[in-house]
Amino acid sequence: MTGSDATAQGVTAPDTVKILIAGGFGVGKTTMVGSVSEIVPLRTEEPLTMAGLGVDDLNGIEEKRATTVALDFGRITISQDLVLYLFGTPGQQRFWFMWNDLAIGALGAVVLVDVRRPESSFAAIDFFERRRIPFVIGVNGFHGLHPYAPEEIREALALPDGAQVLLCDARERGSCREVLTALIDQLIATTARANGHPARTS
Amino acid sequence: MNGGDTAGRLVRPFTLTGGRTRPDRGDFTLITMVIAVDPPPDGSTRLQPEHGRILRLCAEPIVVAELATRLDLPVSVVSIMLCDLLQAGRIVVQPPRPVSRTTDLELLQKVREGLDRL
Repeated sequence: MTGSDATAQGVTAPDTVKILIAGGFGVGKTTMVGSVSEIVPLRTEEPLTMAGLGVDDLNGIEEKRATTVALDFGRITISQDLVLYLFGTPGQQRFWFMWNDLAIGALGAVVLVDVRRPESSFAAIDFFERRRIPFVIGVNGFHGLHPYAPEEIREALALPDGAQVLLCDARERGSCREVLTALIDQLIATTARANGHPARTS
Repeated sequence: MNGGDTAGRLVRPFTLTGGRTRPDRGDFTLITMVIAVDPPPDGSTRLQPEHGRILRLCAEPIVVAELATRLDLPVSVVSIMLCDLLQAGRIVVQPPRPVSRTTDLELLQKVREGLDRL
């Protein structure tokens, strides 16, 4: 990378980090991205190659052949030298090949759950658990309503004890911020523990 | 959108890459910053119009995902074209901040403070 690296060339650009917003189709991922992003969520579309699809999965898409997968993302400028990107990740298990790329370098993830069909977020939970990517659960209440307590949801999703379950409204900036903050606080606590002290270091 | 249009939209971008579907190098993640080298190095070769568009868009630092959106092209296509520009010395790249889950408390604190200001 010598010569092509920005710092080697004396060019300064902000550092970039990302958080993934995952969950089943229609659970409110793009809504959440839009609620906290400083820009209207942007979309990129990637062609789906057959190489990325499991053989079994081909049956499911015979009727409506999926040729692209859309990725919505937003941006939060943290400071002059740090920008946070939020990527809404397509929920279905057959996009896991793409999640691997997305997960590289991610600070962590928010898995959004719709209590009317929690099973649509199982794949995402599974993915992050298996790869030991830190995540929190955001229960996006339909019309902001929450018929179940976090504990009930934790049980229904068979989540490990440590997993945080937060009730939220993906349409509300403050509510989304709380979910993101809970994730970061969890990361800070884990990091501080790993370093053997809870205090701030630099 | 009918099936024919979709196929056309997908096939055409890869003509920009000479039929290549993968970049030669793995330098480009979605949040890799790309910056045009200004002025261009001596002896720069002529570029395709799309390469010129990319250079104009990354006169200021921009990440690959945003670039793809502005160009209305898939990230995979843009990455290949960025690879050409990198090899020609027309851009420099800044990879994302490496994330270590056990050491980077300072980074996390900064993100936390940024969210508080939201």
